Amino acid sequence: MSTPTTLRVWESQAMVYRKIWRSHLLLAFGQPLLYLLAMGLGVGALIDDNTASVESLGGISYFEFLAPALLATTAMISAGQASLWEVLDGFLWSNRYRAMAATPLSPTQIATGLGLWHATRTAIGVTGVAVALALFADTRTWGVVAAVPVAVLCGLAFALPLSAWSATRYGGTSFPAIIRFGLLPMFLLGGAFFPIDQLPDWLEPVAQVTPLWHAIELCRGLVIESVDPGNVGVHLGVIAAYVLAGWLACRVTFTRRLMP
Amino acid sequence: MTSDVATTPDGRGVPRRSSALRILPIELFAARRPHRLVERSVMFYRRAWMLLVSGFFEPLLYLLLVQVGFATLVGDIEVGGVSYDYALFVAPALLASSAMNGAIFDATGNVFEKLRHTKLYDTVLATPMTAADVALGEILGAVLRGTLYSIAFVFTMWVMGLVGSPLIVLAVPVCMLIAFAFAAAGMAAATFMRAWSDLEYVNAVTLPLLLFSATFYPVSSYGQWSWLVQLSPLYHGVVVVRGLNLGRLEWSMLGNLAVLVALALVGLAVTARRIERLLLR
Amino acid sequence: MHGNWRWPASLPCRTVATVPPSIITARDLRKQFGDFVAVDGIDFEVEPGESFGFLGPNGAGKTSTMRMVGCVSPITSGQLRIFDLDAASDGAAIRARMGVVPQADQLDAELTVVENLVIYGRYFDIPRAECRRRAAELLEFVQLTERADERVDPLSGGMKRRLTIARSLMSEPDLLLLDEPTTGLDPQARHILWDRLYRLKQRGVTLVLTTHYMDEAEQLCDRLVVMDQGCIVAEGSPRGLIDQYATREVLELRFVTGDVGDHDAAPAVDIAGIGDRSETLPDRTLIYAHDGEAALAEVHRRGLDPVGSLVRRSSLEDVFLRLTGRTLVD
Repeated sequence: MSTPTTLRVWESQAMVYRKIWRSHLLLAFGQPLLYLLAMGLGVGALIDDNTASVESLGGISYFEFLAPALLATTAMISAGQASLWEVLDGFLWSNRYRAMAATPLSPTQIATGLGLWHATRTAIGVTGVAVALALFADTRTWGVVAAVPVAVLCGLAFALPLSAWSATRYGGTSFPAIIRFGLLPMFLLGGAFFPIDQLPDWLEPVAQVTPLWHAIELCRGLVIESVDPGNVGVHLGVIAAYVLAGWLACRVTFTRRLMP
Repeated sequence: MTSDVATTPDGRGVPRRSSALRILPIELFAARRPHRLVERSVMFYRRAWMLLVSGFFEPLLYLLLVQVGFATLVGDIEVGGVSYDYALFVAPALLASSAMNGAIFDATGNVFEKLRHTKLYDTVLATPMTAADVALGEILGAVLRGTLYSIAFVFTMWVMGLVGSPLIVLAVPVCMLIAFAFAAAGMAAATFMRAWSDLEYVNAVTLPLLLFSATFYPVSSYGQWSWLVQLSPLYHGVVVVRGLNLGRLEWSMLGNLAVLVALALVGLAVTARRIERLLLR
Repeated sequence: MHGNWRWPASLPCRTVATVPPSIITARDLRKQFGDFVAVDGIDFEVEPGESFGFLGPNGAGKTSTMRMVGCVSPITSGQLRIFDLDAASDGAAIRARMGVVPQADQLDAELTVVENLVIYGRYFDIPRAECRRRAAELLEFVQLTERADERVDPLSGGMKRRLTIARSLMSEPDLLLLDEPTTGLDPQARHILWDRLYRLKQRGVTLVLTTHYMDEAEQLCDRLVVMDQGCIVAEGSPRGLIDQYATREVLELRFVTGDVGDHDAAPAVDIAGIGDRSETLPDRTLIYAHDGEAALAEVHRRGLDPVGSLVRRSSLEDVFLRLTGRTLVD
């Protein structure tokens, strides 16, 4: 796997991105900012008034609880969406990947190049969130910088498995369901807005096996600068396992689709 | 036999509009059979009922977020000197928001697709149907679907123990009005869309509306900025639906409803005119 | 006007029984988009039961005219009466009696084949049971019965066209507008379609169609107008137009063109005087003559040696070439 050829895939993706970077950045920066204002400050004021909740949040303010999680959720949503129609488009409508496969690029290189691109694009989005976090004194820490790569890894944990899935599709009919029944529930109930021990007993372990929850925990620990070193390995390990599995799946499905 | 039919002195066609300052959408008086478009939607959803059912999942998630997450963390909230369970306070606001969201979703993306891609309305206008039928028909379709969702939402609230007053039954017609107003506004917006990516602008409006219409906390939390919240049409819907769930009715709610009626009329007027401009060239 | 058409005695007809007036009367009809004049003051009439065509190249104003007749495009000036109603004010009433086959099929991709027909009938307020009955009948007519419950998308181009025609007939219209009915179809699909349209004509439906195919105009039209740049440049029956503007036969010659520069001029000198007149096109030379074979003999006698020659009956293409100096499809 030689890097320069793989970078060509990255380049071609970047060309597409140039057309939509405005709305992507607006969403990546503006959306978390709105949630920070409405939920973090607004609902946060109500929560912090309630003395009973201080303990369940682990002694931090609701704003400090929510804000770091948005790094991970934004990475998930942005990378997840970019792995659906956009990837299918490369196989189906614009046939971008098929055109690439007609060059010396191998399907594995295409998958790897796409993965690199997902990482770049997610990094751009997550940086937007990090800037939003830096606007508020409570979350203006060096830990935010450390949390960015964690969030990018979290993005890849969704982007690669979903890209592998999209590579097997011939239409986008399953995609709204993936967003509606997969990404959205994780976003709303997966540990960003409230501690998952509030979930019903049967749902809590489900949340614990998602890469999102591990990324949220790690980002939160880093931003408020109280990481439990023992857990870092577990969190990173789970996320990395999803990334690796996703990349392997991509290799298989891209090869099957491009070189049947 | 055709010599006396010239329409205007200069030989041009019938002058179609006379007054410049016209708020009431008189084009709509040309509507005769808007329900035919609703019939078409029913035909479609009869086979795609999963699509209809799954549309209810999203509001359900928000209800869970409130009940499982926020209600535990916030505890009780005080409104007008009375203390209420936080979930009772937020659930009706989510009901109003989901009426808005569903209607806007139907009236922007779906309408844009039929307007520019599938050309459904070009086909429809070749029949005795009019532009007003198209505008009203699509909006009625969105309202009908919004009504179904609202009924399901109220029922779910009841199952989850989030109903505070039997008056909540009246929230269904209020939600129909909310859906009508936002469907009309959304459809007007759809006629200005040039590409799918313009949907981002629609989202850029609806998310702030959802978050800043006193949905999750009382308008008093905004302090001196509360007048800003009043500019959100959704806020006026939230006030009424919340009042119904908490069993607190006030005369000022008539004013809130009037705001929604006004939005509906403006949206209708713009839509009917734009559809005619776009399709009857 | 148009003399040799006879109304079938068996046909119960709503319009003809009492009224002799034309189905469509256009006087000085104009359509302007901003500064661009799409239709520049045309006059025409369409009689009940006839098959009337607009022939012309792309951009001649055919589709704009059709849209005005279809009452989906307000006229800029002039007068347009259809079924003795004013197109400007009675659009809905006119459309209720008219079937339209648009250039792009615009079928409802979210519905099945049969649902496309049923809902279209519903737009005309036809009762649902009646819609279903007519849909079944029309699917039979356009040979799509087996596809009734399928989605529209996978249908072939010819099938979609036939379905669109079936759709336009749901309201049992007195007048059928067809905008380029066979453009983009393969030869076999065109012939199936022509056959169906011919049967409609036999049933007494008035057809108004646009086309840029001569063979189509000759096949389907009793009478046609040739349009160019928004104006009507000739009017008559296909045969009458050919007789008037072309000779009986045409001799087509192809020469080896050594270099592209002078192939226009070179043969024109040598063939001067053969036939009534000649036209030199980029790829061939046309000689208009009463007797094509005789003209070809004369060409050979002069020592010219074309690589290809063909004697054929003259067609509307020749009429159009004569009238505008251009070919129809280029």
